[in-house]
Amino acid sequence: MDKSVGRQPENENEILLRIYETAEKIRYSDERLRTMLMSGQVRFNYYSVRGQEIIPSATALWLSSEDYVITTYRGLHDQIAKGVPLDVLFAEYMGKATGACKGKGGPMHVTHAASGLLVTTGIVGGGLPIANGVALAAKLRNEDRVTVVNFGDGASNIGAFHEALNLAAVWELPVVFLCQNNLYGEHTAVELSMAIPSISERALAYGMPGVTVDGNDPLAMHTAAGTAISRARDGSGPTLLEARTFRFFGHSFGDDDAYMPGEQKARAMADDPVPKLRTRLVADGGIGHERVEQLEECIRAEVDDALAFALASDYPEPTELAADVYA
Amino acid sequence: MTRQLKYAHAIREALALELARDERVMVFGEDVGVNGGVWGALRGLHEEFGDRVFDTPIAENLIVGMAVGMAMRGLRPVAELQYSDFVFCAGDEVFLKAATWRYAHGGGVDLPLVVRMASGGSGFGPEHSQCTEAYLMHTPGIRVAVPSTPADAKGLMTAAIRSDDPVFVLEHKLLYPMTGPVPEGEHIVAFGQAVVRRTGDAVTIVAWQDMLRRSLAAAERLAADGIEVEVLDPVTLNPFDVESLVRSVEKTGACIVVEEAPLTLGVGAEIGALLMEHAFGHLDRPLVRLAIPDVPVPTAPHLVDAVVPSVDRVEAAVRRLVA
Ligand SMILES: Cc1ncc(C[n+]2csc(CCOP(=O)(O)OP(=O)(O)O)c2C)c(N)n1
Ligand SMILES: [Mg+2]
Repeated sequence: MDKSVGRQPENENEILLRIYETAEKIRYSDERLRTMLMSGQVRFNYYSVRGQEIIPSATALWLSSEDYVITTYRGLHDQIAKGVPLDVLFAEYMGKATGACKGKGGPMHVTHAASGLLVTTGIVGGGLPIANGVALAAKLRNEDRVTVVNFGDGASNIGAFHEALNLAAVWELPVVFLCQNNLYGEHTAVELSMAIPSISERALAYGMPGVTVDGNDPLAMHTAAGTAISRARDGSGPTLLEARTFRFFGHSFGDDDAYMPGEQKARAMADDPVPKLRTRLVADGGIGHERVEQLEECIRAEVDDALAFALASDYPEPTELAADVYA
Repeated sequence: MTRQLKYAHAIREALALELARDERVMVFGEDVGVNGGVWGALRGLHEEFGDRVFDTPIAENLIVGMAVGMAMRGLRPVAELQYSDFVFCAGDEVFLKAATWRYAHGGGVDLPLVVRMASGGSGFGPEHSQCTEAYLMHTPGIRVAVPSTPADAKGLMTAAIRSDDPVFVLEHKLLYPMTGPVPEGEHIVAFGQAVVRRTGDAVTIVAWQDMLRRSLAAAERLAADGIEVEVLDPVTLNPFDVESLVRSVEKTGACIVVEEAPLTLGVGAEIGALLMEHAFGHLDRPLVRLAIPDVPVPTAPHLVDAVVPSVDRVEAAVRRLVA
């Protein structure tokens, strides 16, 4: 495996720059996809990840392609941060034959084994028991692989969450349960569906560390992810890591977000973590303005090229329908 | 008096009338209260009826399990599963409890509950596009309603709430915005009475919900060539109205079932078996089943179009049969 994992860039500014690079790639990809959906150029169900970019960008620094990430329908950020090539990723979102799943899965079912983005599921909470199975396989084979399973605040109320945490702790499985708490499950605010102030408290009931972190704070997120992933990697077992964040564009593309107090949304958007990180890099990070701009230019080119590839790709042949139903 | 209403609004009207009429009725599910349901069918109910229309966490086992418990104690719960695929998430509560408990407890348990679910419509991928009525129809102990018109949506919902059995009402996603005449005030549609949506003698098409819409469109085209198709809407799948089916086939001698679900052991397979048992002598051509081939529902829109029976496919099937 890639032995550079775990060895982090020595200086804080380099860490921040690496996080920014991924976060900006996510931010720009999300923006482009929303623009294309808006204009009707493409059509698929999309759950914007805007506002949640920092969480996987900081976490990914601790992972190699040998490690596994499992995510949800709101998964673009996790997929990009894990290194799914953008061309096959966007092609899958658009249902093209060149997509990671030949266009048959779409945005809710992206899988890309080579980069370790093991699976994406549309069923809330559905990823957690799968993570246990995947982690158990790694443990039984003595493989150095950590599984990070992402899910939302809402998912922590479903039975699968509790069942998975319980056994992962008993067997000290190499899993990080990464809850991206964006304060809403669909249209319902967190406090209407749970009586405790923070989801990480639930860890206590299962015998694993529970940590709440500001998921929009790059260094705090980086540190918390590092602790949880290192713990999983050295055989000490799972962690429930709750990363607080906010989704800027509601539940799904095109839906009405009137249920969110306008002021709450405005405040979150004013504190947009991606430009904030950029400012920090340029202003106090000693990273030259030019270097950041160069980086952004590369990102835009990479994303634009991948989108062009996806757009130009063909839809799968009808013969593809009958393929892959059985082994 | 009837007036034009959307399918979604007809459902809301039925729920509002029953909530007002019977204080045991409770409506709940994910985003059902304050937000009025993700399908827009329940807008304003929470404002009007307060805590009797409430949100639950995202937890399908809990939602259906709670409905079972509430029903056991004399309430009339109307639970929502956001997608009909989620009957599998609540599998224990649906198939092992709601379906079997009256029987298993020797009739000692009453289960007057309703589960509403948005179904079909595809394009949401294999976990969010299924029509799960065949699984439910296969299961003894639960009733299955498949409203195809706004009037039936209102009338079947009302009947479902007043039924003493667990009733699963499948609401088709593509039908929510469709408009049609709906009677004002109390409106009840009886279970187990199929409706002939179009009369003809060339062949009997059995279809419901979006497939009914497509079949009627095909029938319209065929009529231009003098081919008169009879289109039968079963309205409920359990109970299933065998008499109406047999009566139609006696006249036409042929039957096509159009279904938005996999072919094998689908509703069409059951209808074929019923025809063999009850109308063998009347059939002069083989049964035709138009269904999704036996593959999971793909996501790419044009693959969806390739698998879900279309107006063209229905038309072609009829032409082949009458040729
Ligand atoms: C088992 C299940 N129930 C309901 C849904 C419908 N649904 C999709 S996303 C969602 C909200 C999930 O909220 P959360 O876990 O907080 O994740 P977020 O969308 O905020 O990232 C719901 C209810 C689903 N996909 N799966
Ligand atoms: Mg959430």
